[in-house]
Amino acid sequence: MFVIHCPYCGEREQSEFKAGGEAHIVRPKQPTELSDDQWAEYLFMRKNIKGIQFERWVHFHGCRKWFNMVRDTSNDEIKAIYKMGEKPPVK
Amino acid sequence: MTNNLRVKSSKFIDETYKISFRFNNKTYYGYKGDTLASALLANGIHLVGRSFKYHRPRGIMTAGSEEPNAIVQLHKNTSRTEPNVRATEIEIYEGLEASSQNCWPSVNFDIGGINNFLSPVLPAGFYYKTFMWPASFWEKYEYFIRKSAGLGKSPTEPDPDMYEHKYIHCDVLVIGAGVSGVIAAKTSAKNGFKTLLLDEKPYLGGSTIYQNSEYFKINNQISSSWLEKEINEIKKIDNLEIKTRTSVAAFHGYNFLLARESLTDHIPLHQRDEKIRHRLLKIRAKKVICATGSLERPLIFDNNDRPGILLSSAIEKYSNFFGVTCGQKNVLFTNNDSAYETATSLLQKGINIKAIIDNREEVDSKLVKEIEKNNIKIYKGYTVVDTFGYKRINRISIMQLSKDGQKVVGSKISIDCDCLGMSGGWTPAVHLFTQSGGKLKFREDDQVFIPDKYPSDQVSIGSCNGEFTLDEILSDISKKLKDFLNIKKTDYENLEIQSHFNKTKRNIWLLPSDKIIGKTKPFVDYQNDATAKDIKLALREGFRSIEHVKRYTTTGMGTDQGKLGNMHALGIISETAGSRMGELGTTTFRPPYTPLTFGTIVGRNVGEYFDVFRKTPIHDWHVENKAKFENVGQWKRAWFYPKENEGMHEAVQRESKAARDSAGILDASTLGKIDIQGTDASEFLNRVYTNAWSKLAIGKCRYGLMLNEDGMVYDDGVTTRLDENHYIMTTTTGGAATVLGKLEDYLQTEWPELDVYLTSVTDHYATISVCGPNSKKIISKVIPNLDLSDEKFPHMSFKNTKIDKIKCRVMRISFTGEQSYEINVQANYGKSVWDKCIQAGKEFNITPYGTETMHLLRAEKGFIIVGQDTDATMTPIDLQMDWIVSKKKYDFIGKRSLYRSDTIREDRKQLIGLVTENPKEVLEEGAQIVLDTSKSPVEMLGHVTSSYYSPNLEKSIALGVVKGGKNMMGQKLIIPMENKQINVTVTDPVFLDKENKRLNA
Repeated sequence: MFVIHCPYCGEREQSEFKAGGEAHIVRPKQPTELSDDQWAEYLFMRKNIKGIQFERWVHFHGCRKWFNMVRDTSNDEIKAIYKMGEKPPVK
Repeated sequence: MTNNLRVKSSKFIDETYKISFRFNNKTYYGYKGDTLASALLANGIHLVGRSFKYHRPRGIMTAGSEEPNAIVQLHKNTSRTEPNVRATEIEIYEGLEASSQNCWPSVNFDIGGINNFLSPVLPAGFYYKTFMWPASFWEKYEYFIRKSAGLGKSPTEPDPDMYEHKYIHCDVLVIGAGVSGVIAAKTSAKNGFKTLLLDEKPYLGGSTIYQNSEYFKINNQISSSWLEKEINEIKKIDNLEIKTRTSVAAFHGYNFLLARESLTDHIPLHQRDEKIRHRLLKIRAKKVICATGSLERPLIFDNNDRPGILLSSAIEKYSNFFGVTCGQKNVLFTNNDSAYETATSLLQKGINIKAIIDNREEVDSKLVKEIEKNNIKIYKGYTVVDTFGYKRINRISIMQLSKDGQKVVGSKISIDCDCLGMSGGWTPAVHLFTQSGGKLKFREDDQVFIPDKYPSDQVSIGSCNGEFTLDEILSDISKKLKDFLNIKKTDYENLEIQSHFNKTKRNIWLLPSDKIIGKTKPFVDYQNDATAKDIKLALREGFRSIEHVKRYTTTGMGTDQGKLGNMHALGIISETAGSRMGELGTTTFRPPYTPLTFGTIVGRNVGEYFDVFRKTPIHDWHVENKAKFENVGQWKRAWFYPKENEGMHEAVQRESKAARDSAGILDASTLGKIDIQGTDASEFLNRVYTNAWSKLAIGKCRYGLMLNEDGMVYDDGVTTRLDENHYIMTTTTGGAATVLGKLEDYLQTEWPELDVYLTSVTDHYATISVCGPNSKKIISKVIPNLDLSDEKFPHMSFKNTKIDKIKCRVMRISFTGEQSYEINVQANYGKSVWDKCIQAGKEFNITPYGTETMHLLRAEKGFIIVGQDTDATMTPIDLQMDWIVSKKKYDFIGKRSLYRSDTIREDRKQLIGLVTENPKEVLEEGAQIVLDTSKSPVEMLGHVTSSYYSPNLEKSIALGVVKGGKNMMGQKLIIPMENKQINVTVTDPVFLDKENKRLNA
């Protein structure tokens, strides 16, 4: 079980958080302009990397704020945590 | 039997405190400090159980938690009885009652023992190979296999004991209180770290605490005396917490560990009432020091499993710690110096040693020379080839090893004995280290896996790190601790160590025999009866991966998880397959290290505390009025209110009829409520609901449908515009938390530019829904000042008002199709307003109804329940709710998905109504719907989602989803049931009042 440093509350147990899948997938501004394939790409396709992965997390049982996390999925090491809208600090 | 096997006294045993206990229905005596194993040995009992597969007689092998054989059934009563308890761990107490497992009628005469003679036809994979054909016979085989499977019996009554969980946060956690652990804990605590020291044993000091030999000294004191002083000191340190009888079960990532603290297992049953039995410690440590020690390896030779064959270190512990001799004619068998350590202990206690068989040809350490001085015969370069004696070893035969150790040569020598100690060297207990994600490396010199890469802030010290001798351990520990704890100095910089131990070892995984392997039984996994022969067979049959060999042969799959034999299995595979141990790797070490009881895992979450539940402010009234409850999410909701002898059906029929004939009242407080405020609130609702919200007037309500981005219906509910920039949204009872989460997600991550604030107010309001043709009259009595005329207060609108001094919001909305009013008041007033409504409704026979009637009433109207009539594959179009999907809005969540090639298919499952040919016949929810049963396989068109007998329509009605159902109006379909077929006709899903006249009636 991880210890996660919420950018608003500080260190908390993983049980207070929920993971929200891959980060930096922006909802298309004009979905109606997209082909089925393009929409499916946004809707369904996720990388699920073994290694460095950019993820969304929410402090669900805390401040309810969403934030981003860079995590090495091979050993669960959290490389960085940054607020929504901020640029990833690594790579 | 007398305790004539006690040798001199031991300070760990209180011989003034006699304890009686029962084993296999006979009474024996032991002393305070004994384990069941030591007490049995003191009474001359070696035979404790029968093995799993061959039912071979088995005895005590070890003196610790690694014990594979001496596992017993504890207690006789049906609630406390516990199988697979290690006799080597359980401390005796007055009245302890234990019995052997896996034997019938008794451990001395066991019918299953015939399996031993059948063993040539019971090879590895026997069950897989034999019970495969014919496939249809499996059910018959299974009955017998299940009967013979498993060791011991489970309790059949509820567990009377209490368990609890506790969180602990510490700077440094030290696991294991042997010499390394004690030094580490003292150093850590003295440097200001909040330290926790855990050990599975009831005492501190590990194996050094009973090391009384002159050959092992620290600062010129016998090692046990030196350590005893250290232990006395650490007990006085304030910021050091020490817990004994505490076994670390799991070591997870981020230094999160689980440990089981055993609190009452060592005291008599009658003293356990009101006490916690086990405490599961959930530990988060900044730093972890593993000082988990090492386990002595057995040796693998023919018939190495007889009662009376023990690990050499166990014999030493029984004599030094418990003051018990395991035999009168002892022989030790070794490939390293450890057995000589045992020998010195035995000599010190005056216990006879007949011979020592040593694999090594040349042995010249001081320790060995000391033993030789005592005229003990040492057979150098020899191996045991066979043992004899059914229920207790009585003889061994030995032969000389060839130079390469692959064969035996010369002639057999027979030696009489009643106890054989084996030492195959030591295996570091790296279980916890690897559980945490640590990577091992293989050290070729002495063939051990040791920690290599640490995945978190942790370190392994002492013998679990492959430092087996006292001088190795202590010469390095100071530097290690300084580096790890980042401190300048320790009290252990210049220890003077005297250790006569020589590290040479002659490692032969499978010792050669004069017989072919097929004729031998060299056990690798004692508990599961897996032999070296089985492992070789698995390899011949093509298994290569260690994980596959493990599962095929069941090596390492017992309750002991192969703590003793796994290394030998690896060694034999490596030798046979010609692969290197380091490349072969180990099987996965999984938690728990030793078995946990279910009680420990569950803790206090039993009975009514199994899960938290939520009650509405009106809950007590429902209880008083004999409501039956159903769980909806975490809520307890009134399900129906049976009167006198009514069952569910009668109650629901009565409630449903009353609601439509006169008046019904429902506690709807559980509906999710989200308060939405901000200048962009209308725009926000436009984006999250399928319909348009900008033009909704203040004071009006609107039903909304929320989709997922994939176009599937996610939630629904009525939202009311309270003010220009203020809405209150209702959600389904079960969906409240996830809907709020989803809305927050979009608001924070996709549309941070919107000025919108969301607050969950579900618990802040009580919601009372009064419906039926007389609802208006009742509300006018409760709130006389409110103008209830249809002009001033039409359907789908709301009013702020007061009931006496209580502020409330009244919504005129309906989930039943009847005229109805929903009163929302601050939760604390919920009960009193409810009472008022009941009082006012008396003359109209106001009838409280529960969720079941609510479901029936809405089904009559064809209103869906998200999650019952939908299942995350239904679009609004599938639900025939095209009317709620805005064509004008440019975008909303899920819009684009509504015209993907898959979602516009005509043959998707669509919501329809169903009526049965026989109006009395009620369909089963979940039943399949088909068109044609003549063709095989029968095509399944859909299923029934909701089904009721409608007392208002006096017929059976149902909702269902059917492929292409929209275009099937009037179509006859079939519901095939187990014994019959039910004929149904597809109808519109709205069964009652299609024109919505009743809303204003």
